[in-house]
Amino acid sequence: MSVRVGEAATAPEFPVAAKKLVSNAQIRQNVRRATDIIRNKRARVVEEVDDWEQLRRAGHEIKEHVLRHLDFYLQQFEAACTRAGGVVHWASDAAEANRIIVDLIRAHEATEVIKVKTMTSDEIRLNPALQAAGITPYETDLADLIVQLGEDQPSHIVVPALHRNRMEIRRIFSEKMNLPELGYEPEDLTAAARAYLREKFLRVPIAISGGNFAIAETGSVCVVESEGNGRMCLSLPRVLITLIGIEKIIPKFRDLEVFLQLLPRSATGERMNPYNSIWTGVSPGSGPREFHVVLLDNGRTNVLADDFSRETLDCIRCGACLNACPVYRQTGGHAYGSVYAGPIGAILTPQLQAMQHSQSLPYASSLCGACYEVCPVKINIPEILVHLRGRVVEEGHAPIVERLAMKAAGYALETPERLSLAQKAARIAQIPFTHDGVIRRLPGMLAGWTAVRDLAPIPKQSFREWWAKRQKEPRL
Amino acid sequence: MAWALVPAAPRLISALGLRRLVLSRPVHISLFITCYNDTLFPRTGRAVVAVLERLGHTIEFRQAQTCCGQMHYNTGYQAEAMPLMRHFLEVFRDDETICIPSSSCVAMIRDHYPKMAAASGDSAVARAVEKLLPRIFEFSELLVDKLGVIDVGAFFPHSVTLHPSCHSLRSLHLGDKPERLLKQVRGLTLIDLPEATECCGFGGTFAIKNVEVSAAMLSDKLRCVLGTRAEVCTAADNSCLMHIWGGLSRQRTGVRCLHLAEILASTEAGEVS
Repeated sequence: MSVRVGEAATAPEFPVAAKKLVSNAQIRQNVRRATDIIRNKRARVVEEVDDWEQLRRAGHEIKEHVLRHLDFYLQQFEAACTRAGGVVHWASDAAEANRIIVDLIRAHEATEVIKVKTMTSDEIRLNPALQAAGITPYETDLADLIVQLGEDQPSHIVVPALHRNRMEIRRIFSEKMNLPELGYEPEDLTAAARAYLREKFLRVPIAISGGNFAIAETGSVCVVESEGNGRMCLSLPRVLITLIGIEKIIPKFRDLEVFLQLLPRSATGERMNPYNSIWTGVSPGSGPREFHVVLLDNGRTNVLADDFSRETLDCIRCGACLNACPVYRQTGGHAYGSVYAGPIGAILTPQLQAMQHSQSLPYASSLCGACYEVCPVKINIPEILVHLRGRVVEEGHAPIVERLAMKAAGYALETPERLSLAQKAARIAQIPFTHDGVIRRLPGMLAGWTAVRDLAPIPKQSFREWWAKRQKEPRL
Repeated sequence: MAWALVPAAPRLISALGLRRLVLSRPVHISLFITCYNDTLFPRTGRAVVAVLERLGHTIEFRQAQTCCGQMHYNTGYQAEAMPLMRHFLEVFRDDETICIPSSSCVAMIRDHYPKMAAASGDSAVARAVEKLLPRIFEFSELLVDKLGVIDVGAFFPHSVTLHPSCHSLRSLHLGDKPERLLKQVRGLTLIDLPEATECCGFGGTFAIKNVEVSAAMLSDKLRCVLGTRAEVCTAADNSCLMHIWGGLSRQRTGVRCLHLAEILASTEAGEVS
């Protein structure tokens, strides 16, 4: 089985990618503005829910329950969906999922598909697979359309084009839709997208969607969205193919009560999503005549097997942790080299894909805890980051210099005598680097510190030395 | 008639300057200075001692102490952190009240020791951790919650802004304890820090492993600190302050960084040297 998460296998290490992005003034400005707006809206609408903490706990517990009984609920879903006229397919990895979807489209002799926002399809790199098979995918979510036409990568789970401002969007639309006279007001841009997409909605016979929730009890799938493009994709085409990760299962219809409160408030700062579509199999005379669900593993069962980090799979892809994260806010999503950016991406990508491809991601955090504070299903992201750092070290991926330094520090800190000696040695070692009472340049690993910050030299007397001396002096 | 005075009693006690005497009986406090305060910020330790002794308490400093293991644990060297935790448990086994002037070290102990103990599979260690947790106090927790003081009799005639620090905020939930202590300091002007809850970008080895992003986060923090025009930036964590000061000094801003304890230790006679 070969698991792949977008381009993560070949992406540069986080610090390398981040360096480029941090010096891109335009991206930083765009990301800052967009995340500020969303997180302020989120804070307002979360504030007004009295039982928010109870909802978070409920969300967490429902998800944890599902993960512990995933085999049962998946089979229940399959049975219910099949009863309702749907066809369920199982895909163990990205290649298998792509093959299933391409075969389904070929069986209908179609050469075009419309898509409603699905991060999972970016995870398995479905669009390149479709194109290789001679099938043209059209993204219909406005932001995904911007990313697709701009030949770009998504930079956010919920708002994939948040790194773009409207002038950039105008340029992309104007070029790719051949509209030289296009204005730059938001109304002009949405009107252009609308005209471009409407024609596709009416013409293309097959749609591909993701799913926010799959309900085991009824075999239904739920998609929430803001633009109505989802509703079009889910109701107009003859054939609907829905790709969902196996962790998206919830047991009962009534569980939506919890998640449809948590998700919109956390994701876009809305009390409710403008469009909530829930469908069950096929209904004669209404909507698609054929409905397929592809249930994707692609490394998820490996995550399931790890007791400490299993709750990563609780994620409902709201993106609140991205908007709250001071690291993400400086770089945007492209630094993470994966379709899953931000704190959740930093724990999800290295677990789905083998650790050696993404060992820098668990370190892409100052462990400030802002992500955990806003997570609607209480995923303790900082704790999982630390756990994964442990795995990076354990599996031997940490740099040798760091390993030696940590070993040496561990040795020195084991007894007070060694610590005192190390303090004395450091005091001597710093002499050549100290000028006018400040250290402005250090060698080796520590050069990273002095690249942008000064360091005060170690004082002549440690606290323990001061205390020992004080104990000897006669006290008044 | 005398009953009518009861609701006013706390204010009366406070007005008469008796608060300290009434609420805080002398306590014997064991100080865990932390390895980086011991090495890099001994003045913070002297300040903690000065404040607590001024309030009439006695201090114990166990020379056997070293480090809580935070740096190793958070960087992924959990195996190396284990002997440090065992050593800590041994050193502070019998102390009733342990003061730690560093939120991140307190967070390490509270948030991670229980898991490490469970992972060790040693039930004696697990019991020791369980017994330890109610006995450890971050410095402002010790003053406000355990000793019941907010006025420590300090004098500090400067404008100050407080960086609340991530561990203080989101792990220890210190709330407004540091502010309440600072507001009682005579001569001190406390200026609110904009975007206070944002991380300064330190994050231990993060500051070195991800220099660029850490530097970008720091520059945001410096912009906010400088915007207050305060003379001093304070926090309950010297690790954040080391980072913030590093940036302030590099840019030759002339703004000082002082641990909360150092401000609370200052009197008319001057600052702790």
